Amino acid sequence: MGKRLAGMFWALVFLAVPVLGVATFAVAPSINVWLPKDVSEHGRQIDSLFYFILVLTGVVFVATEVLLFWFIWKYDAVKQQGPATYIQGSHTLEVVWTIIPAATLLFLAIYQMNAWADVKMRRPAMAPTVEVVARQFEWRLRYPGRDGTLGTADDLFLVNDLHLPIDEDVLIQLKSMDVLHSFFLPHVRIKQDAVPGMKIPVWFKAREEGAFDIVCAELCGWGHYKMKGRVTYESRAKFDAWLERKYAEQEATQPQSEAADVALVR
Amino acid sequence: MTPPTTTASPAVDHGHVTVPAHGHAPHGGLSHFLSTYVFSKDHKVIGLQFLFSTLLWFLIGGLLALAVRWQVAWPWSPVPVLGKLFAQEGGQMAPEFYTMLFTMHATVMIFLVIIPILAGAFGNFLIPLMIGADDMAFPTLNMLSYWFMWPAFIAFGASFFVEGGAAAGGWTSYPPLSTNVASSPGSGWGQTLWLLGLTFVGVSSMLGSVNYMTTIILMRAPGMTMFRLPMTIWAMFITAVLQAFALPVLTAAGFMQLADRVFNTGFFSPEGLVVNNLTSGPGGGQPLLWQHLFWFYSHPAVYIMILPAMGMVSDILTCFARKPLFGYRPMVYSIAGIAGLGFIVWGHHMFMSGMNPALGITFMVSTMMIALPSAVKTFNWLGTLWGGRIQFTTSMLFAMSFVSMFIIGGLSGIFMAATPVDIFIHDTYFIVAHFHYVLFAGTAMGVWAAIYFWFPKMFGRTMNEFWGKVHFFLTFIFLNGTFFTMHILGAVGFPRRLADAYHYETFHHLQPMNAFMTWCAIGMVATQIIFAINFVWSMFRGPVAGRNPWNANGLEWTAPSPPGHGNFDYQPIVYRGPYEYSVPGADKDHLMQTDPPNAAAAAAAAAAH
Repeated sequence: MGKRLAGMFWALVFLAVPVLGVATFAVAPSINVWLPKDVSEHGRQIDSLFYFILVLTGVVFVATEVLLFWFIWKYDAVKQQGPATYIQGSHTLEVVWTIIPAATLLFLAIYQMNAWADVKMRRPAMAPTVEVVARQFEWRLRYPGRDGTLGTADDLFLVNDLHLPIDEDVLIQLKSMDVLHSFFLPHVRIKQDAVPGMKIPVWFKAREEGAFDIVCAELCGWGHYKMKGRVTYESRAKFDAWLERKYAEQEATQPQSEAADVALVR
Repeated sequence: MTPPTTTASPAVDHGHVTVPAHGHAPHGGLSHFLSTYVFSKDHKVIGLQFLFSTLLWFLIGGLLALAVRWQVAWPWSPVPVLGKLFAQEGGQMAPEFYTMLFTMHATVMIFLVIIPILAGAFGNFLIPLMIGADDMAFPTLNMLSYWFMWPAFIAFGASFFVEGGAAAGGWTSYPPLSTNVASSPGSGWGQTLWLLGLTFVGVSSMLGSVNYMTTIILMRAPGMTMFRLPMTIWAMFITAVLQAFALPVLTAAGFMQLADRVFNTGFFSPEGLVVNNLTSGPGGGQPLLWQHLFWFYSHPAVYIMILPAMGMVSDILTCFARKPLFGYRPMVYSIAGIAGLGFIVWGHHMFMSGMNPALGITFMVSTMMIALPSAVKTFNWLGTLWGGRIQFTTSMLFAMSFVSMFIIGGLSGIFMAATPVDIFIHDTYFIVAHFHYVLFAGTAMGVWAAIYFWFPKMFGRTMNEFWGKVHFFLTFIFLNGTFFTMHILGAVGFPRRLADAYHYETFHHLQPMNAFMTWCAIGMVATQIIFAINFVWSMFRGPVAGRNPWNANGLEWTAPSPPGHGNFDYQPIVYRGPYEYSVPGADKDHLMQTDPPNAAAAAAAAAAH
């Protein structure tokens, strides 16, 4: 009897895995340990794919873990009469549990492609809104000046304080001066490594106003943890006004020729 | 059950019977001691040398992990006990020290623990015993494979004490951070020693893998066909093939990185870098080139780090369910499938790297498909338990937990394989959760299952079952407390490798959860004290095991425990597959691989003796 209790105990330990596992994910959103608010156009697509995979894997997780529990509970040697079932396998079962997951996984891969193409492949035809140059341990920003062209004498230089207009596509030209960094905007579901020697385009459309974190998500040295910036999404009118104010500030503090000399990789 | 001992194999030289752990040298003398215990060419001694070395490094890696967890839970607060060792600002760790800690935690765990404990310790110990050979094909090469680990131990160990500290560029060692000496404190001598250590680990693995392949192909006992090999041997064989084909790429890449650092070449650095206000290098290189070469090895290496555990767990599950393995051939094919597909999925580490996004799509498809053989394996393990007679030994509990935990690690991988979802969770705690479920909750639990299972064969004594179960229970609880919570942390986007993330508005509320995880991690490491005491105590004081304490049917259980030099006291001849448990009509619940086809006749013959 004591031995049977031991078997039941171990079976229940294994049952705790799916029970507590599902409970953790169920409670997480209510204690705010969950996907942060999304203010982008494409983010809902990514989030819904996340939920889709979560449900799919959740079902498989619960089914297999409960089955494992059930076998451990049921086939305790203490409880069984007679020998174990002598069976070497089942061709039919092997075929079934190969084809169904294969089809599901292939579908899953195909189902993701459109969202991926939207975020990383279908680049809008426009001039860059801003150039972001990562550097140990800050985000250097360069807006095209009044002429609307990057790389001219009237460019506007800022650090860590990114502003972008909402309800329109923005195109960021991402570069790095030194080592690898990763430009992570959690609230618009954007992440892209910045690689020295490469100009990588990043685009998205924000839908709501607000100020959020810019996080570096690729190890870049001892100060990686403090490579923090802020991004402010605001209406076109506010954004233009802000740009105008910053131009004025820059012109007041330094002559144009010096502004162009600010060390930036080209 | 005891095999006939009258026909001694000529391979056994009774004057030089060496018994690990508690034997003594009959002829005495220092040179004899050295050749028996230190520079031994006996695969079992070499296996145990690997086992002891890797378990010691496991302890070091675990302590490094605790220091990492301390900083994540309570940033900048003085580290208790260990803090005195760093002696920095009253025990408080500097951020560069933190980056060094997680770099070396991963390095130690991957290169000095997981890979050598699976292939080095268990591969060495088990391969000749399980295929019925008296030793490896190349005993000297085998000895060298262990001794080439020592330069690696010394290089990695010494790097902690050089100026600037050990490597701090992450275990992935991405350039230019790793190649540019000005870019980080640990990028001085620490990084150079890291590359040297990595090269020596590679040499060791390569020597081992050549030996394993040759031994398994050429030295199987009469009757041991490929499809009568236990899963452990299949897994070790395919792992050896993976090592042999993937490793040269890493070794070459390591030398290129070394050249970038020492000879100022520019394989991985583009022109015009300005690091720490210093321009550097001739340029002309590409940082992504390293990532391709590194992951071309390191993704197959992920399977090198799990396949042998899968094999061993398959053998243990069948033994304690008293059932044949469900779907033996599909299990073999799925290991081969994982190995084959393992070579074309490396790009999934690079979805956000700036690699052409069109290439990302092909890598997404191949990565999704590699989940298939893993799913097939899981279903077959469940099928193995179905209808069994489960014995709740410590080894079995660890083996079943391997299945349970591997399900989690396998499923969480699908999130990262989906490129759009990966955009958000890439380099967050979601991936940290994923690989710890595969490598700790999977492989380490499988290794524990294997230690409890083959300990009697190694030392002739069994480990204490009660304390074994306490060890299992606490480890199981604490590991899930530590690693499961990482999934939801990752869902917030909590990035890995940050010394302090709480100054971000997005993450500032996550400290209590991290503190909880750190407490669980402390409990998990503390639990291993039970294991260590049980291990050492049982080596000398555990109950004597006999040849076959678990009534298993592999060849290793026909040899004495521990086996002497030359392993078997007679030449095993194999008549059947490795999982003949509960065979209908047989008079006992398992048939040894050496039992002749007509079991009833054999039993009668044995009775007549």
